[in-house]
Amino acid sequence: MPIGTAAFLLFSAAAILSGLMVIASRNPVHSVLFLIAAFISAAGLFVLMGAEYLAMLLLVVYVGAVAVLFLFVVMMLDVDFVELKQGFLQYMPVAATVAVVVVVELIMAVAVWTAPSDAEIARAHPAPRAPEIVADPAGPNNIEALGLILYTDYAHYFQIAGIVLLVAMIGAIVMTFRVREGVRRQDVARQVGRRREEAVELVKVKTGQGI
Amino acid sequence: MATPDFLLDYLPILVFLGLALALGIGFLAVPALIAPSEPDPEKLSTYECGFNAFDDARMKFDVQFYIVAILFIIVDLDVAFLFPWAVALFNPELGTDRDFQLFAFWSMFVFLAVFAIGFLYEWKKGALEWR
Amino acid sequence: MGVFETLSFFVPELLLAVGAMALLIAGVYMGERSARPIALASAALLLAACVIVLLTPVGGGQTLFAGAFRIDAFSSFAKAIVFAAAAVAILMSDRYLAGEQLGRFEYPVLIVLAAFGMGLMVSATDLIALYMAVETQSLALYILAAFNRDSRRSTEAGLKYFVLGALSSGLLLYGASLIYGFAGSTRFDEIARVAAMGGDNLGLAVGLVFLIAGLAFKVSAAPFHMWTPDVYEGAPTPVTAFFAAAPKFAAMALFARAMSAPFLELIDDWRPIIAIIAVASMAVGAFSAIVQTNIKRLMAYSSIGHMGYALIGLAAGTAEGVSSVLIYMAIYVVMTVGTFACILMMRRRGGMTEAIADLSGLSQTNAPFALILTVLLFSLAGVPPLAGFFGKWFVFFAAVNADLVWLAAIGAVMSVISAYYYLRVVWIMWFDEPAPAFERESGPVLGAASSISALLMFPGLVVFIGALVAAAEKAAASLF
Repeated sequence: MPIGTAAFLLFSAAAILSGLMVIASRNPVHSVLFLIAAFISAAGLFVLMGAEYLAMLLLVVYVGAVAVLFLFVVMMLDVDFVELKQGFLQYMPVAATVAVVVVVELIMAVAVWTAPSDAEIARAHPAPRAPEIVADPAGPNNIEALGLILYTDYAHYFQIAGIVLLVAMIGAIVMTFRVREGVRRQDVARQVGRRREEAVELVKVKTGQGI
Repeated sequence: MATPDFLLDYLPILVFLGLALALGIGFLAVPALIAPSEPDPEKLSTYECGFNAFDDARMKFDVQFYIVAILFIIVDLDVAFLFPWAVALFNPELGTDRDFQLFAFWSMFVFLAVFAIGFLYEWKKGALEWR
Repeated sequence: MGVFETLSFFVPELLLAVGAMALLIAGVYMGERSARPIALASAALLLAACVIVLLTPVGGGQTLFAGAFRIDAFSSFAKAIVFAAAAVAILMSDRYLAGEQLGRFEYPVLIVLAAFGMGLMVSATDLIALYMAVETQSLALYILAAFNRDSRRSTEAGLKYFVLGALSSGLLLYGASLIYGFAGSTRFDEIARVAAMGGDNLGLAVGLVFLIAGLAFKVSAAPFHMWTPDVYEGAPTPVTAFFAAAPKFAAMALFARAMSAPFLELIDDWRPIIAIIAVASMAVGAFSAIVQTNIKRLMAYSSIGHMGYALIGLAAGTAEGVSSVLIYMAIYVVMTVGTFACILMMRRRGGMTEAIADLSGLSQTNAPFALILTVLLFSLAGVPPLAGFFGKWFVFFAAVNADLVWLAAIGAVMSVISAYYYLRVVWIMWFDEPAPAFERESGPVLGAASSISALLMFPGLVVFIGALVAAAEKAAASLF
């Protein structure tokens, strides 16, 4: 068995198993750890497909940031997870039915995975510049290929992504930020800018009279 | 599945993963097989001076920690767009022309301007200050 | 085509995006007292965008950004209505937000950004563009639903909307990836070309099913409507007023384009699905609304039902059908804005009230208000000769012409059933013992919005229906 196939089987099995464990494990912290395992397996699958940059992004953004935030939330937050899981069995029949329907649909879809022959032409046609790049084994690698089209041919998506991130930023602040009243904070500029007259007052006290 | 050449670069990582897996399973399996085992409920009970723990370690947490974490994720995503740009823009091997470079440069400029506006908003709002 | 020439087709969207950013910075520099001026500026921005859309001739349409977007009569029609509805939503919210201590400048800015997303939605002709536009809009809407973050119900609404919205986006993306896998392209015209080549298109159809599920969630059609009543009830009322109008129209326009532009060849596959969704939505709207006691929940079920009627027109799958959808949705937007203006006027000394029982005997305490609301409710019920009736009439007519007589018949039956709960509210207003009166003073905007929309339902209709039908027909023709 070639090593690539072995790695594919390993990563896909790991992804499916850890995905299952995310919903099956009783302890939410374990769920998040399995989620991280699923992300890493998916990153491995991305590498096998040649999407190295996406694999790296998955590790940096999802494992490095998102999963850590999840872990932080489930470890620290005051939520009764046992209570949240109540009714899980009650909804199981409905969920199972939906799952079976989806699986049957997918099997149908995979069974007919013979695109019409003319579709091959359409397949090679749309994206400007991209096909030559992907087709050439000695050509640019994954991240370079992305860089060659993302900022020019697909600049519109790139800019919309910028706006989406802006909305996310506003959302994060609107949802969570609140101004605290009555918090004393160090104001360095005021500290440095303070002059002697504001701070010290010299008083001549007459003997025996006090102030 | 044909193995493209670039995958060979990842062979050490695969070997490393295999090794980690083998070691991890090994350290779990070997004690289970050869270590003496005398289970006792007292061995699992909390070892602590004084009274028993009477509360969960989970508690309400200051939302400020989350703001930092969420903003970090957003900035992380913004930065993710910078890597392909930095790699491709002036790479002589890719044979990009002047038009491409100018367009991609200004494209990123606009993107970063949008990001800067979000950043300015956060900053002026005071979300970046710890209090 | 050069960059600037391409961008010149997107002046309204650019205006909204740049304007939103400018207002965001202006707001944060002006601090606490900026909520009101920023809201007015945002509304002005949206109205300006609307005027630009109306004044820009589109001709036969223009495909831009390598097939990602298309500016044509259809997108212009939808944009004009969406931007106008968003502007009115901002103006209507002014008083409520100030009263509930929610007046923050982010609110109008988020509405402008959502409108930016909607502008892209209605002109998207590529699966990736469709997804990006939907996300831009949805993200802003999730935040708005939870805008009253100190209220348990509002945060619950936001969270529910977000989680279910993420799920539906997942379905949508999954369908899009299947479609891409079979068609080899994400562009609508390329997909249409591949679909027209014949052969076994089962793979495309499976992808299409997921796509329809995702889009049905966005228009809140049954069986993907579960979020609607809770979000409508939990979100602050002006946000609900916004949700019920502009995003619904944009999502329905997107739905119409995504069905008719790329998948017209597969109409035999998607027509039964749309028809079933339409029947289910009408049934949920008609039967669940009967037992509601909260007017916002009632409006949620009412909107689910109305989406069902609009989808009848879509199921016809013809230019006539799409134009009937546009007419129906345009009239629906006017009716719903007016009704929510009335709901926003339901204010007593202690704050807002939302129970239907609070309307009891309104005719004796505030006759003009009762009259306006009665006209709007009659129109929502589809009683002739009001505008709501004409909307339904166009939709049923399109269905009959497409040999879907059974669907039109079910629609007619359902609209009779749903008339019951609208008329029940009217009965409560006119014939029940009066409840304590509402505050008279409700500001000029709400009064104007409700009375203008009530006027448009009947006398204004005669003037405008011809122009509306002509514009909708032109818009629908640009899709076929």
